[in-house]
Amino acid sequence: MVQKLELLRETPSQTAGPYVHIGCIPFFTGIETIYPEDLGRRAVENGAKGQNITIRGTVYDGTGWAMRDAMMESWQADASGVFPGHDGADPKVNGFCRFAADNETGEFTLKTVKPGALATNSGIMQAPHIALWVVARGINIGLQTRIYFEDEDNSGDPLLGRIEQRHRVDTLIAKKTAEGEYRFDIRLQGDGETVFLDM
Amino acid sequence: MADTGPLIQRDRAAHPLAYDPGYKTSVTRSPNLPLLSMPSTASEQTGPVFGQNLLGRLDNNLIENFTQGAEKAIGERIIVHGRVLDENARPVPHTLVEIWQANAGGRYRHKNDGYLAPLDPAFGGCGRTITDENGRYEFLTIRPGAYPWPNGVNDWRPMHIHYSVFGSGFGQRLITQMYFEGDPLIDRCPIVQTIPDKSQIERLVAPLDMSMALPLDALAYKFDIVLRGRRQTMFENKPEGM
Repeated sequence: MVQKLELLRETPSQTAGPYVHIGCIPFFTGIETIYPEDLGRRAVENGAKGQNITIRGTVYDGTGWAMRDAMMESWQADASGVFPGHDGADPKVNGFCRFAADNETGEFTLKTVKPGALATNSGIMQAPHIALWVVARGINIGLQTRIYFEDEDNSGDPLLGRIEQRHRVDTLIAKKTAEGEYRFDIRLQGDGETVFLDM
Repeated sequence: MADTGPLIQRDRAAHPLAYDPGYKTSVTRSPNLPLLSMPSTASEQTGPVFGQNLLGRLDNNLIENFTQGAEKAIGERIIVHGRVLDENARPVPHTLVEIWQANAGGRYRHKNDGYLAPLDPAFGGCGRTITDENGRYEFLTIRPGAYPWPNGVNDWRPMHIHYSVFGSGFGQRLITQMYFEGDPLIDRCPIVQTIPDKSQIERLVAPLDMSMALPLDALAYKFDIVLRGRRQTMFENKPEGM
């Protein structure tokens, strides 16, 4: 016998199900009398420093079908690479946003500011990115990924550098469609499958 | 400020499989390729912080919050309570816990739910609270009904409450479901059965807790939640290229 490790095990995940909107963004499904507004409606407030950007995209399942029921959360640093709540953070940046696929088209929209570059724990600089978490019916544990930007220097990013199949790097890079506008599609499975993370 | 140290790598064996043909929707919504593993960074180690000022008076009272106290929801009155801890067995204080559920008849207030059971005009189906300094939380609600769902021709969800918990880092984010002790539908549920480790399924089943039941008012169930922990060591290697 040996001493026991005193660690607890993490509670298992379960799918967010088809009605995740009720709990996380109730206004989206017409429940408007409980809270004043949905949590995480705005990633940034008016006056946030940096470039205002809009990211649009669609979450596709393994058959190429645009999912109408996905919900996403994003978390990011401000334009200087500082996370909300930390010294020197831009007070107009909430950093956190919740948004859902449109019930008719499946398209989602994230309006925010482009984050700054920031270091890993060991001091390696990471390219500007937004952390993204995707949940839906049929997703048994929330999927972590990241949004990087086509018009930034991503060459030294330690996460992108770990992707062996270099063509898969593109799945994490938002494509610029106009000034301040980007496209970021997510493919859960199959051709062009998005790189999902275990971090 | 909250601890922002490195997260312990997620124990994937504690969780459901992404792909489980018994839960048909997972078949086309599960990645085929391996996840890319890397030590956590600030993007996972920090996360949004929500204060008490977010909460309204009835936010954790699902019996009354939809009508703001004007009416009471129909169903068995229950308290659900517990603690949020991390893998290091430390309480997770001041973290947001959100729940959502069907009404007593098993019907959700959602445009995509067309089940026969009627909506309860006094029930919305969501609530939220923030854990105290010891990681404790509590809700007053009604026991949700079981309901049929399209998977097999006669699959039923056990009574359950959906939970969303934040922790102090975005990489701790967790959505799960709480089931009720003694419900015979738990063992028959394809969504529950996506968890291969039976002892982990038990972690999702809340026991009746008469110590917290309110006499002549409400039964109580206890549901503790464990989030990913953080490495406690002061040593940190910095290998080349990391």
